[in-house]
Amino acid sequence: MKYTDVLIIGGGPAGLCAAISAAEAGCKVLLVDRNRSLGGQLVKQTHMFFGSEKQYASVRGIDISKILLNQIHDKENIEILNDTTILGIYEDGVITAESSGIYMKIKVKSTIVATGASEKTLAFPNNDLPGVYGAGAVQTLMNEHGIKPGKNVLMVGAGNIGLIVSYQLLQAGVKVAAIIDAAPNIGGYLVHASKVRRSGVPIYTRHTVKQAYGKDELKGATIHKLDENWNPIEGTEMDLDIDVMCIAVGLSPLCELLWQAGCEMKYMNELGGYVPLRNERMETSIPGIFVAGDVGGVEEASSAMVEGYLAGINAAQSIGHTVCNIEEKKKDLHDQLHALRSGPVGTKIREGITQLQTVLEAAASSSL
Amino acid sequence: MLASTGVPTRVDIEKAFPNEVRMNQGAAAVIECFQNIPCNPCYTACNRNAIKEFQDINDLPLIDHEQCNGCGLCISKCPGLAIMVVDMTYSEHEGLLKIPYEFIPLPVEGDIVRGLDRSGKHMCDVKVVKVLNTKYLDRTPIISIAVPKEYIHNVRNIGMGD
Ligand SMILES: Cc1cc2nc3c(=O)[nH]c(=O)nc-3n(C[C@H](O)[C@H](O)[C@H](O)COP(=O)(O)OP(=O)(O)OC[C@H]3O[C@@H](n4cnc5c(N)ncnc54)[C@H](O)[C@@H]3O)c2cc1C
Ligand code: SF4
Ligand code: SF4
Repeated sequence: MKYTDVLIIGGGPAGLCAAISAAEAGCKVLLVDRNRSLGGQLVKQTHMFFGSEKQYASVRGIDISKILLNQIHDKENIEILNDTTILGIYEDGVITAESSGIYMKIKVKSTIVATGASEKTLAFPNNDLPGVYGAGAVQTLMNEHGIKPGKNVLMVGAGNIGLIVSYQLLQAGVKVAAIIDAAPNIGGYLVHASKVRRSGVPIYTRHTVKQAYGKDELKGATIHKLDENWNPIEGTEMDLDIDVMCIAVGLSPLCELLWQAGCEMKYMNELGGYVPLRNERMETSIPGIFVAGDVGGVEEASSAMVEGYLAGINAAQSIGHTVCNIEEKKKDLHDQLHALRSGPVGTKIREGITQLQTVLEAAASSSL
Repeated sequence: MLASTGVPTRVDIEKAFPNEVRMNQGAAAVIECFQNIPCNPCYTACNRNAIKEFQDINDLPLIDHEQCNGCGLCISKCPGLAIMVVDMTYSEHEGLLKIPYEFIPLPVEGDIVRGLDRSGKHMCDVKVVKVLNTKYLDRTPIISIAVPKEYIHNVRNIGMGD
């Protein structure tokens, strides 16, 4: 059995920042990721990030991950276990894991779950043909492994992921035939949309996939237009001669471990699916289990980092550690989160999170 | 419509440009950022205070073209690649555009390349005057192109090869 003060599950931006702040408060930290390399989504983000200076705006995702990892390596009280998947969280503070093929147990005082999110799929005829991929998978293939996915791509989804992966496909010299989205408007940032648009990639909103075709592999796809009620309009079919289709229709929180641990969950469309109830301290309905980042609601790396710092400080405080000016630090982090979510793009997220906190507080006061 | 096509309207674009008088005085930045998103590095990059301080990080950037000298420091700091610099004093018939360009191969000085509009359409041919790819630019090179003045509001990208 391995012992630690704070266990952090997931080494994406949320987990890395949680590790830094828990370690700064003097905790012994164990940072675990199922991948070989830490950084989560950041390691394949070759584009510059938004946000403000505090969240490394203008810095590329890959470089943010390097900055955070350098801070982690400087701290002696952080131990890293990569190639390790957490399997279960149990009531007595015992956590089970599979580490490079070996089953192990970890005894912890407090846990931060920062497992991120996974890509949603889309149902249409022949969506199981080789050549139909998740956009994130294609990004990993290209930017981490240096492999082009094909020659001509249809991107399904005009959110930030669809737009950014399209841009990166163009940078890799792959043609993007079109970006389509069923919604009437582009969901991602318009500056990203303009960037791909001026390279000649058409964006068709109110369009979806009718079917993919091909025998052993993807040979093409038919798309069609949708009316106001999202019903296909006959006669609007368009055939595209493509060999790759990327699905970028959103992410959903990867929260199996929270379900298994018995945390109270709620379905929140605006946050990507089932998410854990939690309080302002990022603590779930189970004392000692904290969350940070996309697992608590699909958002951005900028907010994932701030949530990570918050979860780290609070987890440390809950087991008797502290740092100087702790209340000021927490206030600054809350202010950063508030600012990031205060615009029109953040409205849905802000409302969703407020609801989660209110439900948990109501539940807590009714059990008094 | 920008929100459904990704292409800003003529009105949006003209609003982003400096006025006639300022245009004829020399280089100035053109910021095409029309949506309130949590982002402000353009403001932090400018050391002439030409971009007004953001009250809220979701504010749209507001530029004072009288303060801006077209130095271009903000171009490569904008994650949206939404900023370019325009200089109508370049020559009698051509204006100079300094645009961010993150594709390889980079053009070289003297190349004649396709001038593309905001939907990627070929508008006219343009001449590459300068290619900057310094450490400060951090992998967002800046390409200076000479554009026939009548196309100065149209061209926003270049196309090479096929
Ligand atoms: C294409 C794309 C572009 C993006 N662009 C931007 C942008 O410009 N700006 C921005 O702010 N955000 C951007 N984002 C969003 C940002 O990347 C995510 O919001 C952010 O990475 C979430 O951080 P996280 O730490 O919560 O999760 P992740 O980064 O997903 O990390 C989760 C980690 O947990 C590990 N893990 C999961 N389950 C287990 C387990 N059981 N045991 C051990 N480890 C586990 C995973 O291996 C992973 O490393 C983008 C995302 C994508 C996909
Ligand atoms: S071009 Fe220079 S002066 Fe003008 S806004 Fe950008 S940084 Fe400021
Ligand atoms: S840096 Fe670019 S995207 Fe961000 S607010 Fe400024 S102009 Fe807009």
